[in-house]
Amino acid sequence: MGKQLVRFEHVGCSYGGVPVIDDVEFTVSEHDFVGIVGPSGSGKTTVLRSLLGTLPVTYGQIHRRPDLRFGFVPQVEAVDWSFPATVRDVVTMSVDRPRFRRLDPTLITEIGDLLDRLGIGGLSGRHIRELSGGQQQRVFLARALVQQPDLLVLDEPAGGVDVATRHEILHLLADLHQAGMSILLTTHDINGLAAHLPRLVCFNRTVIADGPPTQVLHPYVLERTYGAPMDVLQHGGMPVVLEHREHRPAQRIAGESS
Amino acid sequence: MLEPFQFGFFQRGIIVATLAGALCGLVGVYVVLRSMSYIGHGLSHAVFGGAAVSSVLGVSYFLGAGLWGVLAALMIGRVSARRVIGADAAIGVVTTASFAIGLAIQSRSGSVSRTLDTVLFGNVLGVFRGDVAAIVIVGLVVVALVVAFQRELTFATFDPEVAEVSGVRVAMIDAMLMVVLSATVLVSVRVIGALLISAMLVLPAATSRLMTNSIGRMLWLSPLLGASFGFVGMYASWYADVPSGAVITIVGSTMFAIVYLATDVAKRHAIGKLDEHTALA
Repeated sequence: MGKQLVRFEHVGCSYGGVPVIDDVEFTVSEHDFVGIVGPSGSGKTTVLRSLLGTLPVTYGQIHRRPDLRFGFVPQVEAVDWSFPATVRDVVTMSVDRPRFRRLDPTLITEIGDLLDRLGIGGLSGRHIRELSGGQQQRVFLARALVQQPDLLVLDEPAGGVDVATRHEILHLLADLHQAGMSILLTTHDINGLAAHLPRLVCFNRTVIADGPPTQVLHPYVLERTYGAPMDVLQHGGMPVVLEHREHRPAQRIAGESS
Repeated sequence: MLEPFQFGFFQRGIIVATLAGALCGLVGVYVVLRSMSYIGHGLSHAVFGGAAVSSVLGVSYFLGAGLWGVLAALMIGRVSARRVIGADAAIGVVTTASFAIGLAIQSRSGSVSRTLDTVLFGNVLGVFRGDVAAIVIVGLVVVALVVAFQRELTFATFDPEVAEVSGVRVAMIDAMLMVVLSATVLVSVRVIGALLISAMLVLPAATSRLMTNSIGRMLWLSPLLGASFGFVGMYASWYADVPSGAVITIVGSTMFAIVYLATDVAKRHAIGKLDEHTALA
């Protein structure tokens, strides 16, 4: 295991006095690839906000390695797609530069290389709304990576995208992790994304379980996380999570009509 | 055609109208992209209150109305930051209170009504040498600030949370924009008028948005459009014998309508060609 980047120590956060996360404890170390998995409204985004420092903690402490640099990729649903920004505009937004100066030509070349590596090299003059879902995600990933972060943080990277785009994003993140990037993401998609990650933190207001998918994707943990009974099957050595058959209203209705 | 230019007051008026148009066009880019159009309307009303108070107290218009406007802008920011009350309601509360104070003072003091009419509707006769100097100085400062902080302004407008994470001091940038906006309203209000200044903040920026998909291009196109609306509007107001603010706004609205229709036709044409291509395929 690499050096510790972030440690949550009994952290709680609230919005307007209403507690959202409670007594949260987990760590993220160098070269980790961690997914925080839980249902909508379970406080996953609040964990990220408190980590990034945009939301103050109510109690507890978040220890960050000194000079830790974050690259943050927000949910695509939160993006204003009508904003007049080309791919180049979005990516260069996060690049700090001396006042009254244009971007350094060396940096422009580096950004061009990064866009090429992410497969969006020829799109720098295109408006962000004109791109496919996968390309849009790559643009925001490029904006985060251009800051050369120590920890890449993604909020629901697979939210609101089709299956092909989800695969595309997962492979891209796996490649980045392979190249040495530390990654922390949130997702509510267990089978499509979470089950493929090396480490999961099952979360609902607090940490329910923390470990590799084969260990934490267990019916008991999932029921505590999602508040509904779930079955776990093994398929090709990977866990596949199914909603408990007896709790599927659609099946019951189909069964009654036959 | 050059007849009005022989008068000093018209020369001053057209210089201020052109520079005010350019300045409103530049600041208006961020006003429109932040969906803050209502704030320009509100701030001009706040300035009206400040102008009335400074007239009665006998202090400089720029000092009185300026301090009043900046204070109103910061109060709006403060009230809306609590999130319990939306920005639109905060603008409504702060600026209508200021406008009501201005109206009350105007009704009690008939001697200042001519100046206040100028603030409300804009008047080429209300432009003095000090106005020209004020708009040149404010214009240079605003251009320098927008150029120096363009990345931060754009980032904080597009994605404030990520901007904050990336090291941009978003609260400071927001406050700077409010002060810049107040100063712009203050120096432009004598020619364009408090009632129509929000149009000058919105029209050039909205027209340029229809013409380009890049904020970089909007930032030079919008001031250019604003300057041309100001120049043409002021020149036409001489012959139309109508308050300058009204004619400048009519010129801007007409241009917006033309660009809107032209881009709409161009879009339909492009879709038509695509359909044709698809049908052939």
